[in-house]
Parts: sequence; C-alpha cells; structure tokens
Amino acid sequence: MALGFTGLGVTVLCRVRGRRTVVSLAGGKSKGGAVRQKKSSISQGYLDALEKYEPVVGIEVHAQLATKTKAFCSCSTKESKLPNTNVCPICMGHPGTLPVLNKSVVDLAIKAGLALNCDIAKFSKFDRKNYFYPDTPKNYQISQYDIPIAEHGSLDLPVSGNTVGITRLHMEEDAGKLTHMGSGSGRIADSTHSLVDYNRSGTALIEIVSEPDLRSGVQAAEYGQELQKVLRFIGASDCNMQDGSLRLDVNVSIREKGASKFGTKIEIKNLNSFGSVQKSIEHEIERQAAALDAGEKLQQETRFWDEKGLKTLLMRVKEGEADYRYFPEPDIPPLKVSDEMLQSVKETIPELPNERRTRYQETYGLSDYDAMLMSDDKETSDFFEQSVDLGGNPKTVANLLLAEVTLARKDLKMKTLSSSKLTPQSLADLVKLREDGLIGSKVIKALVPELVKDGGDPIVIVEERDLKFITDPKQIDDILQGVLNQEAELATKYKAGEKKLMGPLKGKVMAASRGRIEPELLQKRLDELLSADS
Amino acid sequence: MIGFVNGLSIGRNGRHVVSRRGSRGAARCAMAGGDTRSALEIAEGVRSGAFSAEEVTREYLDRIVDRDSEICAFLSVDAEEALESARRIDRARENSEKLGSLAGVPVAVKDNLCIKGSSTTAGSRILENYVAPYTATAVQRLQAAGAVLIGKTNMDEYGMGSSTEKSAFTTTRNPWDTSRVSGGSSGGSAAAVAARECVIAVGSDTGGSIRQPASYCGVTGLKCTYGRVSRYGLLAYASSLDTVGPLATSAVDAALAAQIMAGVDRLDGTSLPDDVPDFVGMLQDKSGASLEGVRIGVIDEAFEGGIDDQVAEKVNDAISVLESLGAEVVRTSLPNLRVATSAYYILAPSEASANLARYDGVRYGERNEDPENMSSLYTMSRKNGLGEEVKRRIMVGTFALSTGYYDAFYLRAQKIRTVVAQDFQSAFEKDIDLLVSPVSPTPAMGVGEKADDPVSMYTQDILTIPASLAGLPAISVPCGFSSTGLPIGLQVIGSFGKEADVLRAAHAYQLNTDFHAKSPHGQDGQVGDLKEYENGEEKDPGLSSGLLEGLEVLALRVTSDVLSPNLLRMRLNEIYAPNDDVLEDILS
Repeated sequence: MALGFTGLGVTVLCRVRGRRTVVSLAGGKSKGGAVRQKKSSISQGYLDALEKYEPVVGIEVHAQLATKTKAFCSCSTKESKLPNTNVCPICMGHPGTLPVLNKSVVDLAIKAGLALNCDIAKFSKFDRKNYFYPDTPKNYQISQYDIPIAEHGSLDLPVSGNTVGITRLHMEEDAGKLTHMGSGSGRIADSTHSLVDYNRSGTALIEIVSEPDLRSGVQAAEYGQELQKVLRFIGASDCNMQDGSLRLDVNVSIREKGASKFGTKIEIKNLNSFGSVQKSIEHEIERQAAALDAGEKLQQETRFWDEKGLKTLLMRVKEGEADYRYFPEPDIPPLKVSDEMLQSVKETIPELPNERRTRYQETYGLSDYDAMLMSDDKETSDFFEQSVDLGGNPKTVANLLLAEVTLARKDLKMKTLSSSKLTPQSLADLVKLREDGLIGSKVIKALVPELVKDGGDPIVIVEERDLKFITDPKQIDDILQGVLNQEAELATKYKAGEKKLMGPLKGKVMAASRGRIEPELLQKRLDELLSADS
Repeated sequence: MIGFVNGLSIGRNGRHVVSRRGSRGAARCAMAGGDTRSALEIAEGVRSGAFSAEEVTREYLDRIVDRDSEICAFLSVDAEEALESARRIDRARENSEKLGSLAGVPVAVKDNLCIKGSSTTAGSRILENYVAPYTATAVQRLQAAGAVLIGKTNMDEYGMGSSTEKSAFTTTRNPWDTSRVSGGSSGGSAAAVAARECVIAVGSDTGGSIRQPASYCGVTGLKCTYGRVSRYGLLAYASSLDTVGPLATSAVDAALAAQIMAGVDRLDGTSLPDDVPDFVGMLQDKSGASLEGVRIGVIDEAFEGGIDDQVAEKVNDAISVLESLGAEVVRTSLPNLRVATSAYYILAPSEASANLARYDGVRYGERNEDPENMSSLYTMSRKNGLGEEVKRRIMVGTFALSTGYYDAFYLRAQKIRTVVAQDFQSAFEKDIDLLVSPVSPTPAMGVGEKADDPVSMYTQDILTIPASLAGLPAISVPCGFSSTGLPIGLQVIGSFGKEADVLRAAHAYQLNTDFHAKSPHGQDGQVGDLKEYENGEEKDPGLSSGLLEGLEVLALRVTSDVLSPNLLRMRLNEIYAPNDDVLEDILS
C-alpha cells in the first residue's frame, strides 16, 4: 500500500466493509509524526471550505447489546429470516403486558460505560419517550432521559491522537422494522402501504452520544471504528453496520474560524459504513460552506445520505424540538447499582484495544501501525498474543498474520480466524523454525495456506518433507555447480559484466534446491564460485 | 340454550352468553340458600362432595340469566367454558385429586384483565373484538386454585370513571336500586357480587375503582398494597397506581381471593417480593373477633364539607362498633387529603396518555379501514374507538407532560403525591394502626346524574385517592344504608403491606354486624325495595366546585412562574370541558 507524503493532512487506514482501504482528509494531528495525504479524494470546494470554516461534528451511536434475549421479554434476539417470529405479547405491546428488565442489559451497558471511562450512575431509571410510529408497538419507547446509566466519558483516537468526550450512554429498546411498499424507492413518501416486522422490537440498545469534539469526517469515521473495536472487545455488541447492530447518526455544523458560537446543526442519517460517515460529513461541510458563502441561512434539518449520488438530501426540517413528553417509566423500578455490582462488572472488562496497542509497542517493539492492526479485533489480537506466548517472535507472528495468513484466508473465503485450522501453536512453531534459520520464506509461503486449510504440525511437516535448509557445504556446492554447468551461458555473461543476471541465477538455484539454501549463504557461495572460476 | 345477558352482548362476538335453563330446578335444590354461601363454604362443599362444581356453576349462570338483563354487570359470559371448567373440577374430585381452595367457586373477572382466548375489552370500543393471547397472572392463579371463571364484568372504559357510565357498551345498574349507578370503575364486578351473580369478583383499583363501587353496591372490596398482586395482564390505566383486588360478600372471602392472587410475579417488575401472610388463617384465629390493642385513627378532613350526613352518621356508627370491639379510636389529620385528588387527576392521566397510546389500530383492535395516511389511521381509529372521558384524560395527560408544563403539572403532582404519602406515614408512625373514613362522600348517584359533569364525578374518588397515591391497602366494608335503602361503605386503610390489619378490622366488624350479608334480592331471590331516584336529589355543587377550585389552586400554585393565570384557566377549561375542535387538535 503506497502512502505518500503530500504535507497537507493525514491519511488514515480505516476498515470499510472489512477491507483495508485508504480514506483521507486534511486536518487533525498525526500521532506517529507521519503526515500523509491522498490528494485525489478531496475536492477543491471542501479544501476551500476548510480555509474559512471550522467544522464541528458530534455523533450519536446506537449499538445493539449482545444479549441472548430482548431487553424486556424473553424473546430471542437471534436473526430470523421470517418476519414477526421472534415476538410475544410483550414486545408486540399487547394490552396488559409489562416490561421486565433483563439484567444482562444493565451489565453490558455498565461494561460499555466503564470501557468508555464514564461515571456510572449509582441511581438511574428508565423513562418513556412518547411518539406515535408503527414500528414502536407501545407508541412509546422505553429509554433513559435525565439520569443515564453512564456519562462524562471519553474515547482516545489512536491515529489522529484526539480524545473525544462521551456526553452520555443510556439504555433503550429498539423499534421494529418498517418496509414501505408500492414504490420503487422504498421510502414512505410515495408508498401505498407499509409492512412492520417486530422481530427487532424490544431488542436492547445503548445510545452513546459524543461531545461535539470532532472536526472532520475522517475523525468521525475513526471515532466510529474505535468505538466499534471497544464494544466488540468487551463483548457488548457485535457492532455490524450492515445488519444494523451499529448505527451512526452524525450532527454537522460549521462556524467561521475563531467563532465561539456553534453554527446551525444538521443531522445526517442512513450511514451504512464508516466510509459514508466520512464522505457524508465532507460533503455536508462543503454544502454548508457554499450555502453560507452564498448568503443563505441554514436551518435545522435532518438529511439523508445518498450513497449512490454521494450527496446528502433533505429529509425533514426540524421545527423546534420534538416534544417526547418524557416521564419516568412506572413499570420498571428505579435502578440501583451497588459497589459490588460495579466491581463485578469491572472485573469482566478485558484489556482494551488502546491498552494493547501501547503494550505491543512497548513490550514487543511492534511498529505503531502493526500494533494497531494487531489490536484491531479481539480474535486476531488474542491469537497473536497466544502465538507470542508460545515462543513466536512478535514481529514475525504479526507479519505472518497480516500478510500470509490473511491472504490464505481470503483465498479460502474464511471470514474469521477461528474458522481456520491454523493454531497459535502451529504459527509459533512455524515462526520458530524460521527464526532458528531452519526454513526459508519460500517454505513459509508454501506452508501457510496448507496450515490454514488443513492444519498440521509444521515441525513434523518440515521434517517429513525434508524442507529444512541444506547445511552440508558439499551438498550446497554440488547444487550450485550443477546450476552453473547447466546455465553456462548465463554464468559467462555474468562474468562478462552483466551483473543483473545474478537474480535469474539465484532463482535457478532456489528452484533447484526447492528453496532449501539459506539466501545469504547462497549469495555468498555463488559470488565465490563465480569469481573463483574467472 | 339461549344467548343473552344484556342487549349489548348479542352480536358482539357471538360466543358470549349461553345458559341452560333446563338444569335450574336441580341446582336450586342443591344450593338452597346459595345466595348467602361464602366462597369458603362452596369450596368446602365441592371438595367434600356435598354438591358439584357444575351444580354451583349452573346456579350462578341461572342467576345471571334471571338478573343480569336488568343489572348489566357482565359484558360477556361464556357458560359453556364455565361449565366445562366446573366439570373438570368435579372429575378431578372423582379422581381423588387435591382440589384448590377456590374449587368450584364462580368468579367474575373485570373486563380489563386478560383471559387467554376470551374477549377483553376494558369497556372500550377500540377493543370490542380483541381476544387476549394470554392470561393475567392474578386470574391464572385463581384458575389454578379451582375458581370457575364465569364471565367478564362491565367497567368504565379503561377504568376511567366512577359509575360504569363511561363503558362503551352499557351502564351497570345498582342491584339495590336499578335507577342508580353501581359505581366504578369496577361497577360490573361490584354489582355481580351484590346480585349474587358470582361469589367473588376480581376488580382493579387505581383511585378507588374497587372501593367506591363496593361501597355503592354494599359489598366488601379490597384494594391491596401496590405491587401485592401482579399487574401482568391488567390493561394499564395508570401504572404507578393500578392494583388488582377482590370484591366479595365478606372480608374472609376477599382475604381468600387476595391470598391466592398475591405474591411476587417474575412478569411484573413492580410486584412485591415479600411473602404473603396467611390472611384467612389469621382471620379464622379465635382472637379475630377482638380489636383489643388496635389503634384506629379517624381522618378529620374526610368528614369535612360535602360529605352526606347519612354517610357520616353510618360511618361514625361503624367507628363506634370498632371501638366497642376494643379498638382505641383517636382523631387524626391528613392535611393534604383534598389536594391529593388534584394530583391524582394530573398523574393518572399522564400515565394513561402513554399507556393508551398503543390502541392505535395498527396491531390489534378496531381500526379505520380506509385511512388516507398513517396519521389518519391513528387519528380516525382512536377518534372512533376511544370514548369521551378517555380522550379527555389523554388530553390532560398529554398536556401535563408537555415541555413547559411538565414541571408545573406532572412534577408538582408527584411532589404532592410524596407529601400525601408522608402524611400517611406520619399518621402510622404515631402508633396508629389503621385509618378510617367514609369510602365515598355520598351513596350511589342516579344514572345520568353526573355523567356529563366530569369534575363532579371526580369528587366521588376524593376519599379513596389518597391511599392509592400512597400505595396503601384499603378496604370498603358495608356499614349501613341510607334512608332510601342505598348501601354506605366504611373505608379502612392500613400501612404499607398490611392487608392483614385491614382485613382483621373488617372481619371483626363483620362478625358483629350483618350489613355485608344483606342481599338486595332478599332470601327468595326477588329484587328488594327499589327506590325511585329523584332527579338532582344528591347533587352537591359545593363539593364539585370545591374540587375545581382545588385544581385551580394547585395549578396556580405550581404555575405562577411559567404560566399566566388567565392562560392557565383557559387551558384548564379546555381540558376539563373540551370541545370537539380541541379534541381534534390534540389527538391528531
């Protein structure tokens, strides 16, 4: 991956739909000192906007908690292809039903709050948020209003080096899903009727509201990714944007540089990837700047990100704040979090991505970049650590996991590391063979796909197939001499001064030895033989 | 086999009332004097084989046939189902299975409690054809104890009313005088017990909905401590106030039913985890007749302004009886008794405005079949499906919870609720075990008398609301009759969780009086002396204007900083005397 210096801003690596892609944007501090920019993705209008205005971005995240059952009834939260199958009178809002709080909802919310450095409320409660909509069976949502379970937290962003404030984190129930029929667009406006699926209704969510601390689309995307990592690490949520277990709404405003007052806030919805988070914000900054430059007055509105058209479209204008008539939910007793409960949740929190990142750099000497990738997801990270604990050189283990193992998995279409037959032990053994100078990179390249696909003990395989480096000088010389005899013409030309022919010659030797001559030794002996002969 | 019950049930969903007149003679024979038999006696008789559950059930079904076309206590009666469950009990007995403590006892259930597979309307048009997919916990426990569910009783829509005149279907008449209302909202349950159309009826009490109709109909009605009986399956009106409780002809029967229904329920997070005492065992204890060592506080404010002289007289007589049984009687004060009503009429509608939002025609219930759009589906379904009083309270609640008014109304009302609860607490802390007062300021009003005057109607709850706000157990016990023969009720309020104390006092009183045992139909099943109601006779403008004033004072006191008095008055008038435009406006 080519990352060039252009001196304008920072390029970050971010995962978009599981792929490693480059997204980029000006602005933000770089932690590692490298200031990188991929210029092509930035429009001139956007750059002009940044000359004059400062963007202010805040994010609201909804994450589905990874509970087995819904928040207030015992219906399963498993994905169901058939609509309205994971439902009961309670989550359908039938008359006379009552919500009973699932304790693991509170545990996971507290866990998430602690992982985001929040203060956990000793006393908290649920409230009813009243609004009529067909996906909300009771026509009120059980949420938390003035006393959220967690608030005053923060999240460190590793790449840009920013710390983003977390205003609050609260628990609430999810709504059902509406499908608008009778129109091509799938939007309600021109539909003839709508279908409701309540499978998701009553699933537990946490809503995490950030402070307006973000200043660019890139930072916003990074915030989303980092939050995703943390929530996945602690097992609070699957956080998949595609299936809706992680949803981001962003608020964007711009103000003239140096101004203290915030500009008019625009909310963007329908963000299905971190890429669209970034792009939509960039587009919105540019759009708002153009409007202000043209002397227009912005109004508070909700806009819709058009993924294909790469622009935001007006959904609705906010005429004053909606009045949700919150009041305390009388069906659920107030929530008291004891010190013991807090302590027991605390003990279940694993080392977080940021902490691992730092430790990998300090203890294992990994680069900034490798440390980040090795702490990206808990599965890879745990695999990496186990391999290292079993004697694998950290840098080599990391390199193999990032390159050969990833490639092999990709070829085999294995989505997760756990579906691979490679074990931390076999990877560690493979790395040790390499470190001990017993096998070469060719052998590794050849063996990894096999270990991933079929498993096996690399020590045994190497032994059985005789893949170790040849150590007998006589045997090596025989092979070299054999190649030089066979390729006499090449050797002659080389000796005559065509030094670039060393490559092909080495290749022939490698092939003849099946990669079993240690490269440095090979080079050395080849040099000697070629000069001795002349 | 014929279908009936009241004009309304026919054609509602086709499976309502079926009765077998043919078996009547035999049942009568077996159950001679059945009018006065208690639940305990019936269950004992069924268990011992003195008579069968089926015979008992037929007896009561017959009585429904005889009487209910006039009383209109029931919205639906499923005779086949009742007889079938009675036969199941008889078969169980034949198989020597252990029978429950309510074996074969005919029980009526207020129509806001779900019974799986049965119509459950809460007296509302919007649920006219709703069939519940599950059974309420309280009802399920009664069933498990062998109760024979005989039918669903009429009520003010969603419990919002004090007369059953706010039922979308019919008005339940007072068995003592059919020109009078039965009270409400559990009027159907109270009338069914009074007319001996069932032995025990389940009701619900949010601000007096068990106690007031029990008082009007001369039966015993127990409002349990909040959380004592699971609310799961009770169609919510005001969740923080709603309670389920029994109506019966005696404190003992009420105790029996309460004991079975009570206890923690994992489906209701607000149900009390405490163990349920053996209420019945305590009452049957020999010392039960004495009130030695019990300190009873008479609530001073409950006898002030607007209380009917005869009501005051009979209640004072009852207090003398309690004293004669050994209780120490003292005067005590609940200074915020009056303002409690104002707070209630903010809090209950606030919760109702959310609780009733689900009745929108989307998933179940009546819906407008030809809406222009989503909003009109909601508006039209609710406009047609919900009654005036319900809309009025939804509007009040919506208003009280709105931004800018929340602090002034909802929050302030919550504070008043706390103050009322503290009043009770300090009374009970002064070594007082029980508080007594009338249940209702007047005996049963005439049908139609107050139907169009909501505020005046609200005054009927003025003495029952305080215990509701504080979540306390309270009982309504018949304590005499007015000169026109209408029952009058004594209210006994206990401290939190002390149903046992309340029941003990009621039981001791009933061991020494016979008001509770009187039937409007006498021993021969004939309707007793019915008095013609004279229009306007009982009207008490003083009290109702007092309450309006109370509401205004409350509102003014709490809103002076956010709302001008004129605007406030305007809004209050809109809320309590809305016209169609305002209704449209707020509901859409």
